[in-house]
Amino acid sequence: MFEFFVAPFLEFEFMRRALAGSLALALGATPIGLFLLLRRMSLMGDAMSHAILPGAALGYLAFGLSLGAMTIGGIVAGIIVAMAAGLVARASILKEDASLAAFYLMSLAAGVLIVSLRGRNLDLLHVLFGSVLALDDASLLLIASITTLTLFALALLYRPLVLECFDPGFLRGVSRLSPVAHYGFLILVVLNLVSGFHTLGTLMAVGIMILPAAAARLWATRLPTMIASSVIIALASGAAGLLTSFHADVPAGPAIVLAAGIAYVLSLILAPGGLIGPRLYRRPHLEY
Amino acid sequence: MNMTPHLTRIRRALLALLTALLPISAHAAPLQVVASFSILADIVREVGGERVEVTSIIGADEDAHGFQPRPSDARVLQRADVVVANGLGFDAWIERLARSAGHAGEIVIASDGIEALEDSGHHGHHHGHEHDHGPLDPHAWQNVSNVRIYARNIAEALQTADPDGAPDYQARLARYDVALAALDAEIRSTLSTLPANRRKLVTSHDAFGYFGQAYGLKVIAAAGISYESEPSAAGIARLIRQLRRENVPVVFVENIADPRLIDRIAREGGARVGATLHSDALSGPDGDAPTYIEMMRANLAAIMDGLGSMPAAESAR
Repeated sequence: MFEFFVAPFLEFEFMRRALAGSLALALGATPIGLFLLLRRMSLMGDAMSHAILPGAALGYLAFGLSLGAMTIGGIVAGIIVAMAAGLVARASILKEDASLAAFYLMSLAAGVLIVSLRGRNLDLLHVLFGSVLALDDASLLLIASITTLTLFALALLYRPLVLECFDPGFLRGVSRLSPVAHYGFLILVVLNLVSGFHTLGTLMAVGIMILPAAAARLWATRLPTMIASSVIIALASGAAGLLTSFHADVPAGPAIVLAAGIAYVLSLILAPGGLIGPRLYRRPHLEY
Repeated sequence: MNMTPHLTRIRRALLALLTALLPISAHAAPLQVVASFSILADIVREVGGERVEVTSIIGADEDAHGFQPRPSDARVLQRADVVVANGLGFDAWIERLARSAGHAGEIVIASDGIEALEDSGHHGHHHGHEHDHGPLDPHAWQNVSNVRIYARNIAEALQTADPDGAPDYQARLARYDVALAALDAEIRSTLSTLPANRRKLVTSHDAFGYFGQAYGLKVIAAAGISYESEPSAAGIARLIRQLRRENVPVVFVENIADPRLIDRIAREGGARVGATLHSDALSGPDGDAPTYIEMMRANLAAIMDGLGSMPAAESAR
């Protein structure tokens, strides 16, 4: 047991760093994923991750493999797309999903065009696949800072965000905080996608946001419980994925996301909100 | 009319230009040769000299592993008199691309006749499912003796396409062969000064199988040969353990790999990061490896710098 679960982390610093990165990601990105899920915006996370890619690519092409340039590029591109989509959705007859799709497709196309103009050096793709096994001090600090910021911001925005999730019309009626909650949340989504792409790559980052959130939604009915269980599931998936990568010789990023996927499928089957779960947990007073 | 002198001047200038061009066009326009990547293009340039005009599809400092053809590549291939490829699975795309671009001639495989090594890029033997004969390792140019064969194959192809130039090609080939033989001897004699326990080359991408085999270095690699897969935690852990066990003083980053990963491995394995080794691309004209010979010299210098002068690190252990 000890050999299997603990020894890899004791022997190798890169495993400890990967675990620390997964912990930070679980604490920051997963609650954001849960709010995305509750606002029926799960697929928007995926679209946003594509919108970030060209910005990060531009940063890479201009300054090389610089953490700062790629991060700032990604954040700027993501925020521009999120803001533009949000503005269009609030000011025109297009719904948010349509305007977001339009902007992220434009951003993606522009990015691909720019990358191909600058030659064919493909390290970029390897970099964008994430490097949870090669986290240096700067990347870890960046991810941890984004998580800290996310937790503080969520604490501040918690009430308006919850209202926005369940009754956006009511929030707009009683408070002027609605746009603050909305745009603040979008910025948090972008920040956490950027920290996710440093660890898992742009393709996988959304996985650790949405899968644990979806699994937790099936188990819990109250929001605080849901947040706590989604974080625990994300963290367990991170550790399980890393151990799988260590013992079964498979790439770490996909292993982590697949572990979260397995947690989701099991929850889908067993949890109270799932497929056969309701029969398992039926209480006497609900029988009729 | 004062137009006439003007026109005469233009006519005279044109005539002068034509006469200046005449000897060359009578001599034959340069042979259009297309090579799949920069190292091959350099060898063609050495053998062909002024009689050929060489284009490299994958340019200097570009990664051959993720190559995607562009329409301009097809246009270049269509105009080509001779197409030179490395073979051994390194640039298999060129055949399809050349055919679809309408190139009807032969495609010259420069590595014809060399002794190919098997791809050592997979760590399979560590857990028992080793293949008897995997795909071949294409990086044959890392052994200078192989490049002497490359040059011979290329000279043959050039004189088939341009028989008039045969004496010229043979003369240039003979001169280049002497230079290559000298380079081979230089690498051997320089590396022979290394003590046996330091003859270990750790790189991020195992393109140096031929180099290691030819010049007696043990090559240890971090990731697979074609970037086919992302490295796993198991693979990285294995390499770190190996570095600790073998007591290797230096690891080498190539011009194409994630430097953060190699840095991590070096820190945990207790080795420092050496200078860049060039594997499958020359540098630009301003870099330290604008030609094949200079590339091999730059690699040799980097290896000697890393493995040759390490008494401090060794006494520290």
